[in-house]
Amino acid sequence: MLRDITIGQHFPGNSPVHRMDPRAKLLLTIGYIVILFVGSNPLGLALSTVFLVVAYTVAQIPLRLITKSLKPIVPILLFTAVLNLFFVPGDPVFTLWVFTVTWQGLYNVMVLTVRIICLIAGTSLLTYTTSPIVLTDALERLLAPLAKLKVPVHELSMMMTIALRFIPTLIEETDKIMSAQKARGAELDTGKLRERVKALIPVLIPLFVSAFRRADELAMAMECRCYHGGEGRTRLRKLQLGGLDFVLAAVCIAVFVLVGFSGALWGMLPL
Amino acid sequence: MSVIKVEHLTYIYGEGMPDATVALNDVSFEVERGEFLGVIGPTGCGKSTLITHFNGLNRPTKGKLLIDGEDIWAKPKQIRRYRFKVGLVFQYPEYQLFEETVRKDISFGPRNMGLPEEEITQRVEEAARFCGLSPEMLERSPFELSGGQKRRAAIAGVLAMRPEVLVLDEPAAGLDPEGREMILSQVKEYHKQTGATIVLVSHSMEDIAKYADRVLVLQGGEIAMLDTTAHIFARADELVALGLSVPEVTKIFLQLRAKGVDIATDVYTVKYGRDILLDALRRKGGDQHA
Repeated sequence: MLRDITIGQHFPGNSPVHRMDPRAKLLLTIGYIVILFVGSNPLGLALSTVFLVVAYTVAQIPLRLITKSLKPIVPILLFTAVLNLFFVPGDPVFTLWVFTVTWQGLYNVMVLTVRIICLIAGTSLLTYTTSPIVLTDALERLLAPLAKLKVPVHELSMMMTIALRFIPTLIEETDKIMSAQKARGAELDTGKLRERVKALIPVLIPLFVSAFRRADELAMAMECRCYHGGEGRTRLRKLQLGGLDFVLAAVCIAVFVLVGFSGALWGMLPL
Repeated sequence: MSVIKVEHLTYIYGEGMPDATVALNDVSFEVERGEFLGVIGPTGCGKSTLITHFNGLNRPTKGKLLIDGEDIWAKPKQIRRYRFKVGLVFQYPEYQLFEETVRKDISFGPRNMGLPEEEITQRVEEAARFCGLSPEMLERSPFELSGGQKRRAAIAGVLAMRPEVLVLDEPAAGLDPEGREMILSQVKEYHKQTGATIVLVSHSMEDIAKYADRVLVLQGGEIAMLDTTAHIFARADELVALGLSVPEVTKIFLQLRAKGVDIATDVYTVKYGRDILLDALRRKGGDQHA
Protein backbone atom coordinates (compact mmCIF):
# COMPACT_ATOMS: atom_id res chain seq x y z
CA MET A 1 0.00 0.00 0.00
CA LEU A 2 2.66 2.51 1.04
CA ARG A 3 4.98 1.16 -1.61
CA ASP A 4 2.72 2.63 -4.29
CA ILE A 5 3.76 6.20 -3.55
CA THR A 6 5.79 7.25 -6.56
CA ILE A 7 6.03 11.02 -6.05
CA GLY A 8 9.55 11.78 -4.93
CA GLN A 9 10.77 8.32 -5.89
CA HIS A 10 14.14 8.04 -7.55
CA PHE A 11 15.13 5.60 -10.30
CA PRO A 12 18.89 5.48 -10.64
CA GLY A 13 20.22 5.38 -14.20
CA ASN A 14 22.95 6.64 -16.46
CA SER A 15 21.05 8.50 -19.17
CA PRO A 16 22.01 12.06 -20.20
CA VAL A 17 19.08 13.30 -18.12
CA HIS A 18 20.43 11.46 -15.07
CA ARG A 19 23.94 12.81 -15.62
CA MET A 20 22.87 16.40 -16.14
CA ASP A 21 23.84 18.95 -13.51
CA PRO A 22 21.04 19.03 -10.88
CA ARG A 23 21.06 22.83 -10.75
CA ALA A 24 20.39 23.00 -14.48
CA LYS A 25 17.67 20.35 -14.14
CA LEU A 26 16.03 22.21 -11.28
CA LEU A 27 16.01 25.54 -13.12
CA LEU A 28 14.82 23.93 -16.36
CA THR A 29 11.98 22.22 -14.49
CA ILE A 30 10.91 25.57 -13.07
CA GLY A 31 11.18 26.99 -16.59
CA TYR A 32 9.00 24.16 -17.88
CA ILE A 33 6.30 24.90 -15.30
CA VAL A 34 6.30 28.59 -16.25
CA ILE A 35 6.15 27.80 -19.94
CA LEU A 36 3.17 25.49 -19.41
CA PHE A 37 1.22 28.51 -18.23
CA VAL A 38 2.58 30.94 -20.81
CA GLY A 39 1.93 28.57 -23.70
CA SER A 40 -1.56 27.52 -22.66
CA ASN A 41 -2.84 27.04 -26.19
CA PRO A 42 -3.31 23.79 -28.13
CA LEU A 43 -0.08 24.22 -30.10
CA GLY A 44 1.98 25.08 -27.02
CA LEU A 45 0.56 22.19 -25.01
CA ALA A 46 1.13 19.78 -27.88
CA LEU A 47 4.76 20.90 -28.05
CA SER A 48 5.12 20.61 -24.27
CA THR A 49 3.70 17.09 -24.35
CA VAL A 50 6.02 16.02 -27.14
CA PHE A 51 8.94 17.55 -25.24
CA LEU A 52 7.96 15.56 -22.16
CA VAL A 53 7.67 12.27 -24.06
CA VAL A 54 11.10 12.85 -25.62
CA ALA A 55 12.59 13.71 -22.21
CA TYR A 56 11.13 10.54 -20.65
CA THR A 57 12.44 8.46 -23.55
CA VAL A 58 15.93 9.93 -23.25
CA ALA A 59 15.85 9.35 -19.49
CA GLN A 60 14.71 5.75 -20.07
CA ILE A 61 11.87 6.15 -17.58
CA PRO A 62 8.80 4.13 -18.64
CA LEU A 63 5.83 6.35 -19.47
CA ARG A 64 3.62 3.98 -17.45
CA LEU A 65 4.99 5.62 -14.32
CA ILE A 66 3.16 8.83 -15.25
CA THR A 67 -0.20 7.15 -14.77
CA LYS A 68 0.96 5.90 -11.39
CA SER A 69 2.07 9.31 -10.19
CA LEU A 70 -1.18 10.82 -11.47
CA LYS A 71 -3.37 8.52 -9.40
CA PRO A 72 -3.52 10.71 -6.27
CA ILE A 73 -4.61 13.80 -8.22
CA VAL A 74 -7.33 12.10 -10.30
CA PRO A 75 -10.08 13.44 -7.98
CA ILE A 76 -8.80 17.01 -8.40
CA LEU A 77 -8.58 16.54 -12.16
CA LEU A 78 -12.14 15.23 -12.34
CA PHE A 79 -13.45 17.98 -10.11
CA THR A 80 -11.95 20.82 -12.14
CA ALA A 81 -12.93 19.11 -15.37
CA VAL A 82 -16.59 18.81 -14.32
CA LEU A 83 -16.70 22.39 -13.05
CA ASN A 84 -15.26 23.74 -16.28
CA LEU A 85 -17.36 21.51 -18.47
CA PHE A 86 -20.69 22.70 -17.11
CA PHE A 87 -20.16 26.16 -15.73
CA VAL A 88 -18.17 28.03 -18.37
CA PRO A 89 -20.44 30.37 -20.31
CA GLY A 90 -20.22 30.44 -24.11
CA ASP A 91 -21.60 28.78 -27.24
CA PRO A 92 -23.56 25.66 -26.23
CA VAL A 93 -22.72 22.25 -27.69
CA PHE A 94 -25.61 20.42 -26.08
CA THR A 95 -27.83 20.84 -23.04
CA LEU A 96 -28.42 18.15 -20.45
CA TRP A 97 -31.29 19.09 -18.13
CA VAL A 98 -30.05 22.34 -16.47
CA PHE A 99 -26.42 21.80 -17.48
CA THR A 100 -25.07 23.24 -20.65
CA VAL A 101 -21.81 22.10 -22.14
CA THR A 102 -20.07 24.85 -24.10
CA TRP A 103 -17.25 24.88 -26.63
CA GLN A 104 -15.31 27.18 -24.36
CA GLY A 105 -15.86 24.73 -21.50
CA LEU A 106 -14.57 21.82 -23.55
CA TYR A 107 -11.56 23.88 -24.57
CA ASN A 108 -10.84 24.80 -20.96
CA VAL A 109 -11.12 21.19 -19.81
CA MET A 110 -8.68 20.05 -22.46
CA VAL A 111 -6.13 22.76 -21.73
CA LEU A 112 -6.43 22.32 -17.98
CA THR A 113 -6.15 18.54 -18.00
CA VAL A 114 -3.15 18.44 -20.31
CA ARG A 115 -1.50 21.22 -18.33
CA ILE A 116 -1.91 19.48 -14.96
CA ILE A 117 -0.72 16.14 -16.37
CA CYS A 118 2.35 17.80 -17.90
CA LEU A 119 2.98 19.65 -14.64
CA ILE A 120 2.98 16.48 -12.55
CA ALA A 121 4.85 14.39 -15.11
CA GLY A 122 7.45 17.09 -15.68
CA THR A 123 8.26 17.61 -12.02
CA SER A 124 8.19 13.84 -11.46
CA LEU A 125 10.87 13.44 -14.10
CA LEU A 126 13.13 15.66 -12.01
CA THR A 127 12.78 13.46 -8.93
CA TYR A 128 12.85 10.23 -10.94
CA THR A 129 16.24 11.11 -12.38
CA THR A 130 17.81 13.04 -9.49
CA SER A 131 18.51 11.58 -6.08
CA PRO A 132 17.06 13.69 -3.25
CA ILE A 133 20.52 14.28 -1.77
CA VAL A 134 21.84 15.70 -5.02
CA LEU A 135 18.70 17.76 -5.41
CA THR A 136 19.03 19.46 -2.03
CA ASP A 137 22.69 20.00 -2.80
CA ALA A 138 21.65 21.85 -5.95
CA LEU A 139 19.10 23.84 -3.99
CA GLU A 140 21.71 24.85 -1.44
CA ARG A 141 24.04 26.04 -4.17
CA LEU A 142 21.30 27.99 -5.93
CA LEU A 143 20.16 29.64 -2.71
CA ALA A 144 23.72 30.37 -1.53
CA PRO A 145 23.44 34.12 -2.25
CA LEU A 146 20.67 34.31 0.37
CA ALA A 147 23.22 33.39 3.04
CA LYS A 148 24.43 36.99 2.78
CA LEU A 149 20.99 38.04 4.04
CA LYS A 150 21.53 35.79 7.11
CA VAL A 151 19.21 33.09 5.79
CA PRO A 152 20.52 29.77 7.24
CA VAL A 153 20.72 28.14 3.81
CA HIS A 154 23.04 25.32 4.79
CA GLU A 155 21.03 24.38 7.87
CA LEU A 156 17.79 24.40 5.90
CA SER A 157 19.21 22.21 3.17
CA MET A 158 20.72 19.84 5.75
CA MET A 159 17.31 19.54 7.39
CA MET A 160 15.78 18.85 4.02
CA THR A 161 18.42 16.28 3.18
CA ILE A 162 17.83 14.47 6.45
CA ALA A 163 14.05 14.62 6.07
CA LEU A 164 14.23 13.26 2.52
CA ARG A 165 16.76 10.64 3.52
CA PHE A 166 14.44 9.29 6.20
CA ILE A 167 11.23 9.16 4.18
CA PRO A 168 11.96 5.68 2.75
CA THR A 169 13.24 4.50 6.12
CA LEU A 170 10.10 5.65 7.88
CA ILE A 171 7.88 4.19 5.17
CA GLU A 172 9.63 0.86 5.56
CA GLU A 173 9.32 1.10 9.31
CA THR A 174 5.62 1.95 9.08
CA ASP A 175 5.14 -1.04 6.82
CA LYS A 176 6.85 -3.30 9.33
CA ILE A 177 4.91 -2.01 12.33
CA MET A 178 1.64 -2.27 10.41
CA SER A 179 2.46 -5.86 9.52
CA ALA A 180 3.33 -6.66 13.12
CA GLN A 181 0.08 -5.21 14.43
CA LYS A 182 -1.92 -6.88 11.68
CA ALA A 183 -0.31 -10.15 12.73
CA ARG A 184 -1.90 -9.53 16.12
CA GLY A 185 -5.27 -9.04 14.48
CA ALA A 186 -5.35 -5.25 14.11
CA GLU A 187 -7.75 -4.12 11.40
CA LEU A 188 -6.13 -1.17 9.67
CA ASP A 189 -7.90 -0.89 6.35
CA THR A 190 -11.48 -1.68 7.24
CA GLY A 191 -14.08 -0.16 9.54
CA LYS A 192 -15.56 3.29 10.04
CA LEU A 193 -13.46 6.46 10.10
CA ARG A 194 -13.53 6.68 13.91
CA GLU A 195 -12.42 3.08 14.24
CA ARG A 196 -9.74 3.52 11.66
CA VAL A 197 -8.29 6.54 13.43
CA LYS A 198 -8.29 4.57 16.67
CA ALA A 199 -6.67 1.64 14.92
CA LEU A 200 -3.77 3.87 13.92
CA ILE A 201 -2.61 4.37 17.52
CA PRO A 202 -0.78 1.01 17.66
CA VAL A 203 1.08 2.08 14.52
CA LEU A 204 1.77 5.73 15.34
CA ILE A 205 3.16 5.30 18.85
CA PRO A 206 5.90 2.81 17.90
CA LEU A 207 6.62 4.93 14.83
CA PHE A 208 7.16 8.08 16.92
CA VAL A 209 9.25 6.22 19.45
CA SER A 210 11.49 4.89 16.71
CA ALA A 211 11.70 8.24 14.90
CA PHE A 212 12.98 9.88 18.10
CA ARG A 213 15.41 7.03 18.64
CA ARG A 214 16.71 7.44 15.10
CA ALA A 215 17.04 11.21 15.50
CA ASP A 216 19.05 10.66 18.66
CA GLU A 217 21.33 8.16 16.99
CA LEU A 218 21.82 10.39 13.96
CA ALA A 219 22.67 13.42 16.10
CA MET A 220 25.20 11.31 17.99
CA ALA A 221 26.75 9.98 14.78
CA MET A 222 27.00 13.50 13.33
CA GLU A 223 28.66 14.85 16.45
CA CYS A 224 31.09 11.93 16.46
CA ARG A 225 32.21 13.12 13.05
CA CYS A 226 32.61 16.68 14.28
CA TYR A 227 29.72 18.14 12.31
CA HIS A 228 29.42 21.80 13.22
CA GLY A 229 27.33 23.36 10.47
CA GLY A 230 28.15 24.68 7.06
CA GLU A 231 31.01 27.08 7.71
CA GLY A 232 34.30 25.96 6.23
CA ARG A 233 32.82 22.71 4.98
CA THR A 234 34.23 21.40 1.71
CA ARG A 235 32.55 19.02 -0.69
CA LEU A 236 33.42 15.58 -1.92
CA ARG A 237 31.52 16.07 -5.16
CA LYS A 238 31.68 19.58 -6.53
CA LEU A 239 28.91 20.44 -8.93
CA GLN A 240 30.46 21.42 -12.24
CA LEU A 241 28.64 22.47 -15.38
CA GLY A 242 29.89 20.51 -18.39
CA GLY A 243 29.38 20.40 -22.14
CA LEU A 244 26.41 18.07 -21.83
CA ASP A 245 24.64 20.53 -19.54
CA PHE A 246 25.02 23.41 -21.99
CA VAL A 247 23.84 21.36 -24.97
CA LEU A 248 20.79 19.98 -23.17
CA ALA A 249 19.96 23.33 -21.62
CA ALA A 250 20.21 25.02 -25.04
CA VAL A 251 17.82 22.46 -26.55
CA CYS A 252 15.36 22.87 -23.69
CA ILE A 253 15.47 26.66 -23.82
CA ALA A 254 14.92 26.59 -27.57
CA VAL A 255 11.81 24.46 -27.06
CA PHE A 256 10.64 26.71 -24.24
CA VAL A 257 10.99 29.83 -26.39
CA LEU A 258 9.06 28.11 -29.15
CA VAL A 259 6.30 27.20 -26.70
CA GLY A 260 6.37 30.74 -25.34
CA PHE A 261 5.63 32.17 -28.78
CA SER A 262 3.21 29.37 -29.64
CA GLY A 263 0.30 31.62 -28.62
CA ALA A 264 1.12 34.03 -31.40
CA LEU A 265 1.77 31.20 -33.87
CA TRP A 266 -1.55 29.56 -32.97
CA GLY A 267 -3.32 32.84 -33.70
CA MET A 268 -1.71 33.05 -37.13
CA LEU A 269 -2.82 29.56 -38.15
CA PRO A 270 -5.69 29.74 -40.66
CA LEU A 271 -8.37 28.01 -38.57
CA MET B 1 -2.38 -33.76 7.41
CA SER B 2 0.08 -30.94 7.04
CA VAL B 3 -0.83 -27.73 8.83
CA ILE B 4 0.67 -25.40 6.19
CA LYS B 5 0.91 -26.36 2.57
CA VAL B 6 2.69 -24.11 0.11
CA GLU B 7 1.82 -24.79 -3.52
CA HIS B 8 3.90 -23.31 -6.34
CA LEU B 9 4.15 -20.02 -4.52
CA THR B 10 5.72 -17.13 -6.43
CA TYR B 11 6.01 -13.64 -5.03
CA ILE B 12 7.26 -10.60 -6.94
CA TYR B 13 7.96 -7.26 -5.28
CA GLY B 14 6.87 -4.22 -7.29
CA GLU B 15 5.43 -6.20 -10.17
CA GLY B 16 5.47 -4.21 -13.41
CA MET B 17 7.94 -1.63 -12.05
CA PRO B 18 11.46 -1.21 -13.41
CA ASP B 19 12.88 -2.52 -10.15
CA ALA B 20 10.64 -5.60 -9.82
CA THR B 21 12.34 -8.48 -8.03
CA VAL B 22 11.28 -12.09 -7.71
CA ALA B 23 11.48 -12.84 -3.99
CA LEU B 24 10.08 -16.37 -4.17
CA ASN B 25 10.06 -18.54 -7.25
CA ASP B 26 7.67 -21.49 -7.50
CA VAL B 27 8.15 -22.74 -3.94
CA SER B 28 6.28 -25.87 -2.80
CA PHE B 29 6.54 -27.68 0.53
CA GLU B 30 4.56 -28.69 3.58
CA VAL B 31 4.88 -27.98 7.28
CA GLU B 32 3.79 -31.00 9.31
CA ARG B 33 1.52 -30.54 12.31
CA GLY B 34 3.46 -30.37 15.58
CA GLU B 35 6.92 -30.25 14.05
CA PHE B 36 9.70 -27.79 14.79
CA LEU B 37 10.88 -26.52 11.43
CA GLY B 38 14.04 -24.45 11.08
CA VAL B 39 14.42 -22.08 8.13
CA ILE B 40 17.90 -20.98 7.09
CA GLY B 41 19.38 -19.23 4.10
CA PRO B 42 21.67 -16.34 3.23
CA THR B 43 20.42 -12.75 3.64
CA GLY B 44 17.90 -11.80 0.96
CA CYS B 45 16.99 -15.38 0.06
CA GLY B 46 13.28 -14.80 0.74
CA LYS B 47 12.94 -16.18 4.28
CA SER B 48 11.06 -13.20 5.65
CA THR B 49 8.90 -12.93 2.54
CA LEU B 50 8.01 -16.59 2.85
CA ILE B 51 6.88 -16.40 6.45
CA THR B 52 4.75 -13.30 5.90
CA HIS B 53 2.74 -15.46 3.52
CA PHE B 54 1.93 -17.92 6.30
CA ASN B 55 -0.60 -15.62 7.95
CA GLY B 56 -1.74 -13.75 4.87
CA LEU B 57 0.23 -10.52 5.26
CA ASN B 58 1.51 -11.02 1.74
CA ARG B 59 -0.67 -12.36 -1.00
CA PRO B 60 1.06 -14.76 -3.40
CA THR B 61 1.59 -13.34 -6.88
CA LYS B 62 1.10 -16.88 -8.16
CA GLY B 63 0.34 -20.14 -6.40
CA LYS B 64 -1.54 -21.04 -3.26
CA LEU B 65 -1.13 -21.26 0.47
CA LEU B 66 -3.25 -23.76 2.37
CA ILE B 67 -3.73 -23.83 6.14
CA ASP B 68 -5.47 -26.97 7.43
CA GLY B 69 -6.28 -27.72 3.82
CA GLU B 70 -8.09 -24.41 3.18
CA ASP B 71 -6.87 -21.87 0.64
CA ILE B 72 -6.45 -18.80 2.86
CA TRP B 73 -7.11 -16.39 -0.01
CA ALA B 74 -10.36 -18.09 -1.03
CA LYS B 75 -12.22 -15.47 1.04
CA PRO B 76 -9.91 -12.45 1.41
CA LYS B 77 -12.34 -10.78 3.86
CA GLN B 78 -11.78 -13.54 6.40
CA ILE B 79 -8.01 -13.45 6.29
CA ARG B 80 -7.90 -12.35 9.95
CA ARG B 81 -8.98 -15.85 11.04
CA TYR B 82 -5.64 -17.19 9.86
CA ARG B 83 -3.71 -14.45 11.61
CA PHE B 84 -4.94 -15.84 14.95
CA LYS B 85 -4.17 -19.39 13.88
CA VAL B 86 -0.65 -18.59 12.73
CA GLY B 87 1.13 -16.29 15.19
CA LEU B 88 3.96 -14.35 13.60
CA VAL B 89 6.79 -12.81 15.63
CA PHE B 90 8.76 -10.36 13.50
CA GLN B 91 12.41 -9.45 13.77
CA TYR B 92 13.01 -7.00 16.60
CA PRO B 93 9.41 -7.32 17.81
CA GLU B 94 10.08 -4.92 20.71
CA TYR B 95 9.59 -2.03 18.28
CA GLN B 96 5.90 -2.84 18.02
CA LEU B 97 5.12 -2.23 21.72
CA PHE B 98 2.76 0.71 22.15
CA GLU B 99 0.49 0.43 25.19
CA GLU B 100 0.82 2.10 28.57
CA THR B 101 1.41 -1.15 30.40
CA VAL B 102 2.86 -4.49 29.41
CA ARG B 103 -0.43 -6.14 30.38
CA LYS B 104 -2.42 -3.96 27.97
CA ASP B 105 0.08 -4.58 25.21
CA ILE B 106 -0.02 -8.36 25.56
CA SER B 107 -3.81 -8.27 25.61
CA PHE B 108 -3.95 -6.42 22.26
CA GLY B 109 -4.03 -9.67 20.27
CA PRO B 110 -6.56 -11.57 22.41
CA ARG B 111 -8.76 -8.45 22.53
CA ASN B 112 -8.75 -8.27 18.73
CA MET B 113 -9.93 -11.87 18.76
CA GLY B 114 -13.01 -10.68 20.66
CA LEU B 115 -12.48 -12.90 23.71
CA PRO B 116 -14.27 -12.25 27.02
CA GLU B 117 -12.36 -10.23 29.66
CA GLU B 118 -11.62 -13.15 32.03
CA GLU B 119 -10.25 -15.22 29.20
CA ILE B 120 -8.01 -12.32 28.16
CA THR B 121 -6.65 -11.91 31.70
CA GLN B 122 -6.00 -15.62 31.95
CA ARG B 123 -4.23 -15.75 28.59
CA VAL B 124 -2.12 -12.67 29.30
CA GLU B 125 -0.91 -14.14 32.57
CA GLU B 126 -0.22 -17.49 30.98
CA ALA B 127 1.74 -15.90 28.11
CA ALA B 128 3.70 -13.73 30.56
CA ARG B 129 4.60 -16.82 32.59
CA PHE B 130 5.77 -18.60 29.45
CA CYS B 131 8.03 -15.68 28.62
CA GLY B 132 9.42 -15.28 32.10
CA LEU B 133 7.78 -11.94 32.90
CA SER B 134 6.91 -11.46 36.56
CA PRO B 135 3.36 -10.30 37.48
CA GLU B 136 4.89 -7.08 38.80
CA MET B 137 6.33 -6.37 35.34
CA LEU B 138 2.89 -6.59 33.75
CA GLU B 139 1.88 -3.30 35.33
CA ARG B 140 4.95 -1.39 34.15
CA SER B 141 5.31 0.63 30.97
CA PRO B 142 6.87 -1.45 28.21
CA PHE B 143 9.26 1.42 27.50
CA GLU B 144 10.85 1.06 30.95
CA LEU B 145 11.91 -2.54 30.39
CA SER B 146 15.35 -3.71 29.33
CA GLY B 147 15.95 -4.84 25.76
CA GLY B 148 15.60 -8.53 26.52
CA GLN B 149 12.48 -7.98 28.62
CA LYS B 150 10.89 -5.89 25.87
CA ARG B 151 11.57 -8.69 23.41
CA ARG B 152 9.92 -11.22 25.71
CA ALA B 153 6.93 -8.95 26.29
CA ALA B 154 6.47 -8.63 22.53
CA ILE B 155 6.66 -12.40 22.05
CA ALA B 156 4.15 -12.84 24.88
CA GLY B 157 1.83 -10.58 22.87
CA VAL B 158 1.77 -13.21 20.13
CA LEU B 159 1.70 -16.24 22.44
CA ALA B 160 -1.39 -14.81 24.19
CA MET B 161 -3.35 -15.55 21.01
CA ARG B 162 -2.47 -19.23 21.52
CA PRO B 163 -1.55 -19.76 17.87
CA GLU B 164 -1.53 -23.30 16.53
CA VAL B 165 1.49 -22.39 14.48
CA LEU B 166 4.11 -20.06 15.91
CA VAL B 167 6.44 -18.46 13.37
CA LEU B 168 9.48 -16.59 14.67
CA ASP B 169 11.84 -14.49 12.55
CA GLU B 170 15.24 -14.31 14.30
CA PRO B 171 13.71 -14.07 17.79
CA ALA B 172 17.13 -14.01 19.45
CA ALA B 173 18.88 -11.52 17.16
CA GLY B 174 20.94 -8.93 19.02
CA LEU B 175 20.57 -10.51 22.46
CA ASP B 176 23.35 -11.70 24.74
CA PRO B 177 23.94 -15.48 24.98
CA GLU B 178 21.87 -15.76 28.13
CA GLY B 179 18.94 -13.87 26.56
CA ARG B 180 19.16 -16.04 23.43
CA GLU B 181 19.06 -19.21 25.43
CA MET B 182 16.15 -17.98 27.52
CA ILE B 183 13.95 -17.01 24.58
CA LEU B 184 14.64 -20.13 22.55
CA SER B 185 14.14 -22.52 25.45
CA GLN B 186 10.82 -20.80 26.18
CA VAL B 187 9.78 -21.32 22.58
CA LYS B 188 10.73 -24.98 22.90
CA GLU B 189 8.71 -25.17 26.13
CA TYR B 190 5.66 -23.74 24.35
CA HIS B 191 6.19 -26.33 21.62
CA LYS B 192 6.32 -29.17 24.13
CA GLN B 193 3.44 -28.08 26.34
CA THR B 194 0.93 -27.07 23.68
CA GLY B 195 1.99 -29.28 20.79
CA ALA B 196 1.99 -26.20 18.57
CA THR B 197 3.88 -26.22 15.29
CA ILE B 198 6.95 -23.98 15.34
CA VAL B 199 8.71 -22.37 12.39
CA LEU B 200 11.99 -20.75 13.41
CA VAL B 201 13.98 -18.53 11.07
CA SER B 202 17.54 -18.09 12.25
CA HIS B 203 21.06 -17.31 11.16
CA SER B 204 22.48 -19.26 14.03
CA MET B 205 23.23 -22.83 12.95
CA GLU B 206 23.72 -23.77 16.61
CA ASP B 207 20.17 -22.73 17.47
CA ILE B 208 18.70 -24.55 14.50
CA ALA B 209 20.76 -27.67 15.28
CA LYS B 210 19.64 -27.64 18.87
CA TYR B 211 15.90 -27.14 18.40
CA ALA B 212 14.70 -28.04 14.91
CA ASP B 213 13.40 -31.44 13.77
CA ARG B 214 13.59 -30.53 10.13
CA VAL B 215 15.38 -27.76 8.26
CA LEU B 216 14.38 -25.83 5.16
CA VAL B 217 17.24 -24.19 3.29
CA LEU B 218 16.30 -21.32 0.99
CA GLN B 219 18.55 -19.89 -1.67
CA GLY B 220 17.67 -17.14 -4.12
CA GLY B 221 13.93 -17.54 -3.55
CA GLU B 222 13.98 -21.29 -4.15
CA ILE B 223 14.20 -24.33 -1.92
CA ALA B 224 17.77 -25.62 -1.86
CA MET B 225 17.20 -28.42 0.67
CA LEU B 226 14.47 -29.71 2.96
CA ASP B 227 15.30 -32.61 5.21
CA THR B 228 15.81 -33.72 8.80
CA THR B 229 18.35 -31.71 10.76
CA ALA B 230 20.88 -34.58 10.79
CA HIS B 231 20.70 -35.03 7.04
CA ILE B 232 21.01 -31.30 6.35
CA PHE B 233 24.11 -30.81 8.47
CA ALA B 234 25.66 -33.93 6.97
CA ARG B 235 25.78 -31.96 3.70
CA ALA B 236 28.15 -29.42 5.16
CA ASP B 237 30.02 -28.79 1.90
CA GLU B 238 26.84 -27.80 0.10
CA LEU B 239 25.82 -25.51 2.95
CA VAL B 240 29.18 -23.77 2.84
CA ALA B 241 28.85 -23.44 -0.95
CA LEU B 242 25.53 -21.63 -0.36
CA GLY B 243 27.30 -19.13 1.84
CA LEU B 244 25.96 -20.69 5.04
CA SER B 245 27.92 -22.28 7.80
CA VAL B 246 27.51 -25.39 9.96
CA PRO B 247 27.55 -25.61 13.76
CA GLU B 248 31.02 -25.29 15.30
CA VAL B 249 30.91 -28.87 16.57
CA THR B 250 30.19 -30.16 13.05
CA LYS B 251 33.21 -28.22 11.80
CA ILE B 252 35.42 -30.06 14.30
CA PHE B 253 34.19 -33.46 13.13
CA LEU B 254 34.62 -32.48 9.48
CA GLN B 255 38.23 -31.53 10.18
CA LEU B 256 38.83 -34.75 12.07
CA ARG B 257 37.57 -36.64 9.04
CA ALA B 258 39.79 -34.52 6.78
CA LYS B 259 42.78 -35.47 8.96
CA GLY B 260 42.01 -39.12 8.29
CA VAL B 261 40.16 -40.05 11.47
CA ASP B 262 37.41 -42.58 10.81
CA ILE B 263 34.48 -40.82 12.41
CA ALA B 264 30.88 -39.85 11.61
CA THR B 265 30.30 -36.30 10.34
CA ASP B 266 26.56 -35.96 10.83
CA VAL B 267 27.21 -34.52 14.28
CA TYR B 268 25.36 -31.29 14.95
CA THR B 269 24.94 -31.11 18.73
CA VAL B 270 27.67 -31.06 21.33
CA LYS B 271 26.01 -33.84 23.32
CA TYR B 272 25.87 -36.22 20.39
CA GLY B 273 29.42 -35.22 19.46
CA ARG B 274 30.62 -36.20 22.93
CA ASP B 275 28.99 -39.63 22.66
CA ILE B 276 30.52 -40.24 19.22
CA LEU B 277 33.96 -39.16 20.42
CA LEU B 278 33.82 -41.35 23.53
CA ASP B 279 32.64 -44.25 21.43
CA ALA B 280 35.46 -43.76 18.93
CA LEU B 281 38.06 -43.54 21.67
CA ARG B 282 36.73 -46.70 23.34
CA ARG B 283 36.89 -48.58 20.06
CA LYS B 284 40.44 -47.44 19.52
CA GLY B 285 41.86 -49.22 22.51
CA GLY B 286 39.89 -48.70 25.67
CA ASP B 287 42.94 -47.36 27.49
CA GLN B 288 41.47 -43.85 27.40
CA HIS B 289 39.23 -43.20 30.36
CA ALA B 290 35.98 -41.42 29.79
